[in-house]
Amino acid sequence: MSQGTNSGQVLTAGGQRSAGAEAAFSMRGRFLRKNLLTALLLAPATLWLVVFLVLPFVAIAVFSVGERAPEGGYQAAFTFAQYANLPARATAFWNTMMLAPVGALACLLVGYPVAYYLALRAPQRWRLILLALIVIPFWTSLLMRTYAWMYILGGRGIPALLAYIGIEDLRLINTPGAVLLGIVYGYLPLMILPIYVSLERLDRRLLEASADLGATPLSTFLGVTLRLSLPGVMTGFSLVMILLLGEYLIPTLLGGGKVFFIGNALVDLFLQSRNWPFGSAIAITLVLVSVVVLIIANRISTRLSGARRVDLI
Amino acid sequence: MSKSYRDGLPISPEKFVDQLMRLKRGSISRRDFLGLTGLGVATAVMARELGIMPTPAFGAENLGDRMSIATWPNYHDPQTFENFKAETGVAVEVNVFGSNEEMLAKLQAGGSGWSLFVPTNYTISTYKKLGIIEPLDMAKLGNFDGSKEDARFTAEGTIDGTIYAVPKNWGTTGFAVNTKKLAKPMSSWKEFWDTAMAEGDGRTMVHDYQLTTIGNALKYHGYSFNSLKQDELAKAEELLLKVKPHLFAVSSDYQPSMRSGDAWMTMCWTNDGAQLHRDIPEIAYVLGKEGGEIWTDFYAIPKDAPNKPAGYALLNYLMNPKVAVKEHLANGAPSTDARVNALLPKEVLENPILYPAAELLKPLEFGAAATLTDPGRAELMARFKAA
Repeated sequence: MSQGTNSGQVLTAGGQRSAGAEAAFSMRGRFLRKNLLTALLLAPATLWLVVFLVLPFVAIAVFSVGERAPEGGYQAAFTFAQYANLPARATAFWNTMMLAPVGALACLLVGYPVAYYLALRAPQRWRLILLALIVIPFWTSLLMRTYAWMYILGGRGIPALLAYIGIEDLRLINTPGAVLLGIVYGYLPLMILPIYVSLERLDRRLLEASADLGATPLSTFLGVTLRLSLPGVMTGFSLVMILLLGEYLIPTLLGGGKVFFIGNALVDLFLQSRNWPFGSAIAITLVLVSVVVLIIANRISTRLSGARRVDLI
Repeated sequence: MSKSYRDGLPISPEKFVDQLMRLKRGSISRRDFLGLTGLGVATAVMARELGIMPTPAFGAENLGDRMSIATWPNYHDPQTFENFKAETGVAVEVNVFGSNEEMLAKLQAGGSGWSLFVPTNYTISTYKKLGIIEPLDMAKLGNFDGSKEDARFTAEGTIDGTIYAVPKNWGTTGFAVNTKKLAKPMSSWKEFWDTAMAEGDGRTMVHDYQLTTIGNALKYHGYSFNSLKQDELAKAEELLLKVKPHLFAVSSDYQPSMRSGDAWMTMCWTNDGAQLHRDIPEIAYVLGKEGGEIWTDFYAIPKDAPNKPAGYALLNYLMNPKVAVKEHLANGAPSTDARVNALLPKEVLENPILYPAAELLKPLEFGAAATLTDPGRAELMARFKAA
């Protein structure tokens, strides 16, 4: 698969023919063909990224230095007034910055034991089925699953059952707890899977060695298992956290729209007040914040896991 | 209903039909449903695809075989479009939208692909100013009879003597109360807000819509629903921030919570009020005696409509009182057309939710174009939601 092996084969193939100029030419041809093939194979992805990532990003950047037209939308200008106005959404940014790490941490606390069980304790024949059970809910739209929670937590759901045993008028829906529950439910697979992968690769002999050298199960877990699974933990953590930075559906549906996140601010700015330039400035800021979060997460992860390079996504 | 809802969505047809059925029962608002599902965007994209193949116009007779309409959820009798197709051969694609602002955004961007759409009164002057709606060719609308329309509801469709939009139905914005939970009789917005902070603590909902939420907070102090005055808006903001911690939710999707008993009181539009009361008699619909909002939804034709002949044909069909009466029975909103009222059953006409007493209607105000687009009110709403 690697580049080295391939060019090695090319060299051998070329060498077997002749040592003349023709062979050199043929090698060159092969080299060009290979480059062309690489370019062709990468073209769809590149085109995709340019059309659906780079161009929209440029458009948003241009919008963000514009002005809101009198009837809403965008009109051309060059001003940083939108960025200067960012403090008007400071609460929304603050709420988001609180939600994202707390939500990711909750996912981690629930997800790690599951991943640990799956990778190290679950019987081999059950493992695939259990993994599938974790992934299958992902096949249904998050919107539908969150609506289901609205009914489970709503007056005709759990509170109605609790009323039978005498607990009356309990309110579960539209509380911070409901939002956290929705987040853990919705993002759990994104946390479990990377941790599972890193734990599954764990060399069991290290655990035996640790035990043989007299470590307690706890210190083996902390010193070996947890430490070696940190790349997975950080990947899961960053994935969940970055998605949570843009989250608006779960707080809207399970929090009753009473808590305002940056995602909610964006929806309102684009679809209600149609202040596209201000919305764009917020979007750009959010992207920058996400990048910073990614970089920090990467740094921490690299340091904690003993200077091993980690690819986050 | 239309295929366009289902195409390109990351949910299965079964799930979506379930969702649609819920919609048909009126248990979700336009804005929330569409905002959350992105259906507005999806349908607009689909509509644009249709726009690529405009119908060749061989005179007024050729209507083509398909057209698309942008409207609100739960707003038509689906049979109407089936019958129209049977009579004319034109299949109608129904695109449901979340808010007037979304509709405006799509039309402003161009290529919406709609040949007919349903704007609310306060947006029509903006559409006209931006030059994106067509002055209606009344010769093609033989079924419309302006002399039978109630001028109070239809005036905003006519600008400088030119008719840009004809009315579909009107309605009011009041509040719904579960009288079993909140027995104290209420008749004003002052009582609505005060109750929200007392007996209705944690059980009251307000719209996720600045026009009505700020407008009805202004009513607490007796100010105009449309006020743009700094000091009056400041008083409204003070009230809203005080009420905020006591609210159950800020959402225009209030029917499910009212039905399940989670919420006891909510800001409410006529149709929802009528449906809630019909299914749960203890839920009453109240108009604030200080006033509040009255509205009319209209039909209009975009300038860039890909199939204008079919747009006119469908509009004319909908203006036929025999067709319109079925529409009103299906969506529950009151009619502006005396010919339709003559055909409606007595119990509908006598339903005070749909046709309130004159003294309650009198203080109501139509939302103004400036109210909706005012950046100051948008920022106030953002501060309220973030608080």
